[in-house]
Amino acid sequence: MSAQAAALDPGAQAAVHVHSGPAPVRIVVAYGFWIFLLSDIILFSALFASYAVLHGHTAGGPSGRELFELRHVGVETLSLLFSSYTCGLALYAAERRQLRAFYVCAALTFALGATFLALELQEFAGLIARGAGPSRSAFLSAFFSLVGLHGAHVTTGLLWLTFLVAQIAHRGPRDFVLRRLLCFSLFWHALDIIWVALLSLVYLMGAR
Amino acid sequence: MFGKLTWQAIPFDQPIPMAASLFVTVGIFSVLGLVTWKGWWPYLWREWLTSVDHKRIGVMYVVLALVLLLRGFIDAIMMRSQQAVAAGGAQGYLPPEHYDQIFSAHGTIMIFFMAMPLMIGLMNFVVPLQIGARDVAFPVLNAISLWLTATGALLVNVSLVVGNFARTGWLAYPPLSELRFSPDVGVDYYLWALQISGVGTLLAGINMVTTILKLRAPGMSYMRMPVFCWTALCSNMLIIAAFPILTATFGMLLLDRYAGMHFFTNGGGGNMMLYINLIWAWGHPEVYILILPAFGVFSEVIATFSGKPLFGYRSMVGATLAICVLSFTVWLHHFFTMGAGADVNAFFGIMSMIIAVPTGVKVFNWLFTLYRGRIRYEPPVLWAIGFMVTFVIGGLTGVLLAVPPADFVLHNSVFLVAHFHNVIIGGVVFGGLAGVNYWFPKAFGFTLDRRLGALSFWCWLVGFYVAFMPLYALGLLGMTRRLQHYAVRAWQPYLIVAEVGALIILCGILAIIAQLVVSIRTREQRRDLSGDPWNGRTLEWSTASPPPAYNFAVLPTVTSLDAFWTMKESGVRAPAEHYEPIEVPANSANGFITAFFAVITGFSLIWHIWWLAILGLVCAALTLMAFGWIERHEIEVSAEELAAAERAHLRPEVS
Repeated sequence: MSAQAAALDPGAQAAVHVHSGPAPVRIVVAYGFWIFLLSDIILFSALFASYAVLHGHTAGGPSGRELFELRHVGVETLSLLFSSYTCGLALYAAERRQLRAFYVCAALTFALGATFLALELQEFAGLIARGAGPSRSAFLSAFFSLVGLHGAHVTTGLLWLTFLVAQIAHRGPRDFVLRRLLCFSLFWHALDIIWVALLSLVYLMGAR
Repeated sequence: MFGKLTWQAIPFDQPIPMAASLFVTVGIFSVLGLVTWKGWWPYLWREWLTSVDHKRIGVMYVVLALVLLLRGFIDAIMMRSQQAVAAGGAQGYLPPEHYDQIFSAHGTIMIFFMAMPLMIGLMNFVVPLQIGARDVAFPVLNAISLWLTATGALLVNVSLVVGNFARTGWLAYPPLSELRFSPDVGVDYYLWALQISGVGTLLAGINMVTTILKLRAPGMSYMRMPVFCWTALCSNMLIIAAFPILTATFGMLLLDRYAGMHFFTNGGGGNMMLYINLIWAWGHPEVYILILPAFGVFSEVIATFSGKPLFGYRSMVGATLAICVLSFTVWLHHFFTMGAGADVNAFFGIMSMIIAVPTGVKVFNWLFTLYRGRIRYEPPVLWAIGFMVTFVIGGLTGVLLAVPPADFVLHNSVFLVAHFHNVIIGGVVFGGLAGVNYWFPKAFGFTLDRRLGALSFWCWLVGFYVAFMPLYALGLLGMTRRLQHYAVRAWQPYLIVAEVGALIILCGILAIIAQLVVSIRTREQRRDLSGDPWNGRTLEWSTASPPPAYNFAVLPTVTSLDAFWTMKESGVRAPAEHYEPIEVPANSANGFITAFFAVITGFSLIWHIWWLAILGLVCAALTLMAFGWIERHEIEVSAEELAAAERAHLRPEVS
């Protein structure tokens, strides 16, 4: 804000360097949530590092090449990425107080997220049925934990979304609810970023 | 129905643990009974347990730390007594089974539940006041952080009575900590206690960084921030970057133990060195998380009591940032003996020596601040000077350990034990106690007794040297750490001296308790009405002691470093003509109730009581949702109240 003001008023250039005091609530909340997301990404990094160390440790069990089905993973990826698009639309609609559009987009986000989760659970169930469960080898422990942690985040996201929709239905798009929706949206996009890393490092590199 | 929990979990047959648990249980129940009898519950609930005021939360963190200092110290003195007698063929009074739990609990408690809450408590109390903010960015979250930390502390202490604690050392290295070699609940107590409190610490870190970066008073640019805020910022950035690694690592060990996975097991392709790498990728930044705020305390104390601005402010900030970054590049020096090869060891050895450079810069800055200052030898300064001597010695032995060939000789010896106690006691504990002595009058409106403060300092300082210098010698003589008994009789005299040192430290602790008791009883004579008992330089001294809930009636406008000093120099300290009403956050029981369910969840996970664990988790989630459903309530402080309070503070002689 001060930067804009300074750009409009060249005489106030020096004022750019003067700190103008505490930031508004919306900025503080989103900023804090960003920092949380960074810490969450570090949590994932630790699991990525473990996966990188352990992915060859199959202990005589199956490797990624034998297990991963890229077509299945492709559908998962598409549903998650599209859910992020609809999530963005939902936030946009809510901020413009277009409640009907918000509900439609939120429902689509939920449905796509749930599809992703169902596909992931289907994959896990298939692996376990083939005797390739998480306790089979260090590779599979790392695989299930890394992908499962992402899945747990998606599950949390779905619950959170439900809560926010209920809150908007009950209280209307009040400022504090919209701030939470903004955080949810950041969270949902961060899960996309993590999924892209997962897709590349685990599935695409592992299926070769 | 109750998982692994049976009556066998309570050690009726072992006299020492039973006496300890009886002592703890009677202690807890007599405190609860006293509170009930005196009818203090409504007051406690209203003013403390549900408080979201950063100052109250900071005080509660420090109280938690001091209580657990006692618990951790009892462990320490038991170990010292054991080693003082268990020489030659003697076995001492502690069986290996119990001794191993004691050294594990000592390390765990002292780092996670003494040092961490002490530092987080000081930062919580001081930082918003120093940056001229009304509270932290997320006050309710702050309360949740505190109570989750307390949950972890409670679980560790429950292990004293029900079941047992880990026998794996304070970092629970696998494969020893795996189910195969530690089949009972000890490691689970360790893991769940630290997972739960780790979440609290992470949230506290996020909160503090957001506060410092986004809530500074008008005019407080980065280079006008007090050094303590800089060190708090760096320390909390390290929390955000390091604690998720700890959570992930413990998560993997838990999956190994609970779901039969193979991250760190001997079989199934597990790799235990992965654990060692990950835990130290958290563990090394952790020591800087602890020491940076202590450096900040000393910077404030030395500048204030020398009556001079801090020498080399910019280099101090630069050194702090350098340490913050470099702390992530040295973790491998904890296991040079892993066999990573000469190149890797050389890299980490050199980095470990480089990180000593910014620390050296700081020491010189403090020295030059003291130089030609009019030093007032109040207890905080004593701690600071004791720190400067002791910490340099500890730093030098650290640089010695950073040389890989030397480390191959000294690794796992009591030389190492002496080194890290040298930096943690000489650095973190001295820093914490300096901070408590320095900011106590701000928190409570009266000063602490000076002579008992000095006595506690001298006991700690002398006791530290008597207790740990013999360990350096013993390490060079080849004594390894964590020995329940030893065959070499020549070591015994050193260990008896070390025991005497521990007893001198005990006197230091008793002096602290006496200092608190005496000061509280004579508080009417030691009232400080000015809010500025030390002639301070930074904004926390500009407000009343204890500060009002809103901290500042009007947000201060900062025009320089040492903002309050400038205000005093230019004489602009009059009540404002006009006040705007302020909204302060209302109390919230969210943190306390969530933590209550976290205790239940943690306890039932430890004992495999699955239904109760799920119930506890669901209730914790419902609590968060229920509180999230309500829009946050705020209480308005009217302009008239503000004006009256400010007049009373700034012109006490008139009112």
